[in-house]
Amino acid sequence: MHANHTDARLCLLSSHAGYYTVLAEIAFKVHGPVLLRVFVHIMSEDTQQQIIRETFHLVSKRDENVCNFLEGGLLIGGSDNKLIYRHYATLYFVFCVDSSESELGILDLIQVFVETLDKCFENVCELDLIFHVDKVHNILAEMVMGGMVLETNMNEIVTQIDAQNKLEKSEAGLAGAPARAVSAVKNMNLPEIPRNINIGDISIKVPNLPSFK
Amino acid sequence: MPAPIRLRELIRTIRTARTQAEEREMIQKECAAIRSSFREEDNTYRCRNVAKLLYMHMLGYPAHFGQLECLKLIASQKFTDKRIGYLGAMLLLDERQDVHLLMTNCIKNDLNHSTQYVQGLALCTLGCMGSSEMCRDLAGEVEKLLKTSNSYLRKKAALCAVHVIRKVPELMEMFLPATKNLLNEKNHGVLHTSVVLLTEMCERSPDMLAHFRKNEKLVPQLVRILKNLIMSGYSPEHDVSGISDPFLQVRILRLLRILGRNDDDSSEAMNDILAQVATNTETSKNVGNAILYETVLTIMDIKSESGLRVLAINILGRFLLNNDKNIRYVALTSLLKTVQTDHNAVQRHRSTIVDCLKDLDVSIKRRAMELSFALVNGNNVRGMMKELLYFLDSCEPEFKADCASGIFLAAEKYAPSKRWHIDTIMRVLTTAGSYVRDDAVPNLIQLITNSVEMHAYTVQRLYKAILGDYSQQPLVQVASWCIGEYGDLLVSGQCEEEEPIQVTEDEVLDILESVLISNMSASVTRGYALTAIMKLSTRFTCTVNRIKKVVSIYGSSIDVELQQRAVEYNALFKKYDHMRPALLERMPVMEKVTTNGPTDIVQTNGETEPAVLETKPPPSGLQPASQANDLLDLLGGSDITPVIPTAPTSKPASAGGELLDLLGDLNLTGSPISAPAPQIAQPPFLLDGLSSQPLFNDIAAGIPSITAYNKNGLKIDFTFERSNTNPSVTVITIQASNSTELDMTDFVFQAAVPKTFQLQLLSPSSSVIPAFNSGTITQVIKVLNPQKQQLRMRIKLTYNHKGSAMQDLAEVNNFPPQSWQ
Repeated sequence: MHANHTDARLCLLSSHAGYYTVLAEIAFKVHGPVLLRVFVHIMSEDTQQQIIRETFHLVSKRDENVCNFLEGGLLIGGSDNKLIYRHYATLYFVFCVDSSESELGILDLIQVFVETLDKCFENVCELDLIFHVDKVHNILAEMVMGGMVLETNMNEIVTQIDAQNKLEKSEAGLAGAPARAVSAVKNMNLPEIPRNINIGDISIKVPNLPSFK
Repeated sequence: MPAPIRLRELIRTIRTARTQAEEREMIQKECAAIRSSFREEDNTYRCRNVAKLLYMHMLGYPAHFGQLECLKLIASQKFTDKRIGYLGAMLLLDERQDVHLLMTNCIKNDLNHSTQYVQGLALCTLGCMGSSEMCRDLAGEVEKLLKTSNSYLRKKAALCAVHVIRKVPELMEMFLPATKNLLNEKNHGVLHTSVVLLTEMCERSPDMLAHFRKNEKLVPQLVRILKNLIMSGYSPEHDVSGISDPFLQVRILRLLRILGRNDDDSSEAMNDILAQVATNTETSKNVGNAILYETVLTIMDIKSESGLRVLAINILGRFLLNNDKNIRYVALTSLLKTVQTDHNAVQRHRSTIVDCLKDLDVSIKRRAMELSFALVNGNNVRGMMKELLYFLDSCEPEFKADCASGIFLAAEKYAPSKRWHIDTIMRVLTTAGSYVRDDAVPNLIQLITNSVEMHAYTVQRLYKAILGDYSQQPLVQVASWCIGEYGDLLVSGQCEEEEPIQVTEDEVLDILESVLISNMSASVTRGYALTAIMKLSTRFTCTVNRIKKVVSIYGSSIDVELQQRAVEYNALFKKYDHMRPALLERMPVMEKVTTNGPTDIVQTNGETEPAVLETKPPPSGLQPASQANDLLDLLGGSDITPVIPTAPTSKPASAGGELLDLLGDLNLTGSPISAPAPQIAQPPFLLDGLSSQPLFNDIAAGIPSITAYNKNGLKIDFTFERSNTNPSVTVITIQASNSTELDMTDFVFQAAVPKTFQLQLLSPSSSVIPAFNSGTITQVIKVLNPQKQQLRMRIKLTYNHKGSAMQDLAEVNNFPPQSWQ
């Protein structure tokens, strides 16, 4: 993480049976703090929002020289659950875990996650995380699944992510062609006819073009 | 229609919004576009639209209308579509929506897909949000993938299996064969997730646990893996800060803990490796300490050798000296867990623990405080209390209440001398008086009363303590009480232990009067002060006139309580002066019952005064306790049965008969007076501080009680009282008894009344009704019936009896007219 993004704070929230969210203070005043979230537990939207707000509030006011554990309130399921966070320059990463996880182990897991993000984005900054939520989700899915740790080997995670991105790219190259053709047709600037063209027909026909397969 | 904008463009646009309203407007516009695109069944841009929708969802905007689109994406042939589709399904769908079942078939197909990444997506989604129906349908596929040689799929399948077991525990056995070879795997991801799966199975089922212990020989396998991990040299793949796969090590140590718990053989088999890990782990970094911490927890939890346990506690002791706050925190947490079983070993680290009281971190402080209290014993009580009192003085307000009650408890248990005990409590009252629990005052008064030889010393200390400072109310209350009680000792300067002070009677009265007029004094405190002044009328010789004057001044106080007291005291001076000395006699030594707690105090008559005074002083004020039994006699034939047995009175013999006359006369003179008897009969009123209108008089005696319910051995009786001051309040005491041969547990009584009434249900005396009518539960209901309508009530009873939950409803219509008219 780089020190030059001094105005942003980021939190990642997870739990054994879990939820994850990324929060940023820079966007907080206008846009709300959330950058990414996954709730595995079934919770109402309101509860989720409340948890995020409260977590943000609790963590962002913590002092430098206090421990990185916060005992959970009722909102996150009682005192069995803890918020565990780590501070990187201007960024806070927060996990919410129950007693089935080792507190100190989670601190290391956060470290691995941050380093993995750094590898995948090549010197990650909070803008990467803001603009590539989907990618952060994908990286997370290779590391933690259903709130349980899946893989902690950074190289393995990066390899699998790269391979999947390559797969996507290949689709965009070949199979993406018909889509681009369709959008070209749609965007043709023919002011008098748009309503008469049955776009549905076109979109059905195009994938059948043998030359693209 | 133009192509919809990309996700990144949308994010960029939204980030330009300067107000929330602006952002909302942008989102609404985009949502409209996305909806119309969905309606047109646009396959090309569905993926992009859902991605944008997920972003909006994350910002907290509604996105449920994209649920079906996610399913369509999952059904697509393209990996890109599937990736977003499954992500959307995980974020937008859960088992509350039936739509999710439509995915089952797609997931099934994808689990058998030829591309491992598609299979991976399906496993991940199933493992995150699969409902029990889905899990049942797809468990077979998961089991198959658990046996594959592809480690990427195998590790995901293992976690997916954990999810399936959590959702449908009876499917556990299905995965048993597949677990056989899991630990022979080389890949650490698979090893890690396999250990998670085995942990889940062992924790869920004792049979599985026994099976893995005995038949599968899991312990030696895990020991071997752990040994390889700590012995193997540097491996770049799994190295974290110089330690080989700490995550896997931690997981294995956790599973060993479960296997070794309450099992001698398994514990024996892992002793060596635990000792090895405990001594060989490099601890300069957090990772090492994480492993060490886990090892300690395992040693504590299994049946380990005593030497190993001491080693573990010493590791925690070392943790306490660590610079890292987190490590100190976990050390204190674990010491707290183990302090009961390994008291002596923990005791050795006492000074380090006490040092943690000075930590800046509140979490660490709290742990250290709890642990310090757990370590107090007869040998170290003086030293520990010194530290804890110092802590009490300097700690944050949020700690004071807990710390104060901890000190009270410890002082009561281990006090080396009475003087020390009194000093300690006084220190607490002076430093954190406003934070102590309500019962601290009567407890201290009781303690002081019983330490006869300390009276002079105590009253002098208290007198000094409140000179000029009335801010700590409990302290002022105790001091007032003591000055009233032992004012003569104070003035005579008999104190031997401290330098005697010269105090005149007037100075003593000055201080009590200033308590009476101080703005800081609570009403209760004023009551204490006034009663103290009154008591002094028999202890002081030359200031009786001054006392009379004060008392008569407060006869017109706007504080009704105070006024009532003053009026009664006045009457005592004027009409009953001959019995004043007897009434104001010194309190007898109280019989010690049990620990503190107001309930206990009410039990013995001698102790009642402080308790009564403390909650809300009864108007008659003077030794109400000693009147209790007489008044019960007086009310003879009434239905008021004391819930708590009152011990034989130890009151001065002279008070008896005359007191009754006194009460009668006072009634005639028109000053309202209450009988304390109902108060004693109903501790809840005293305790809940509800005695704001405790003036129940003997009109209650005339109301017959009723049996409201009598079925299946459960009998519920209602007894009634009406309030003098507020006749629209009926107080019903329910008594539940059980004539069967088994206890009824978890008894809950609920009541409902028509809308014109108001009902308040106080907490019951217990939730268990003992069998054979050997005891009752009492609970008080207050009904406000302003229109004096006929009382009707519907009651609901729930309880457990003979292992089954019982529930019954009943209507009570037979209320006696006296209870509501």
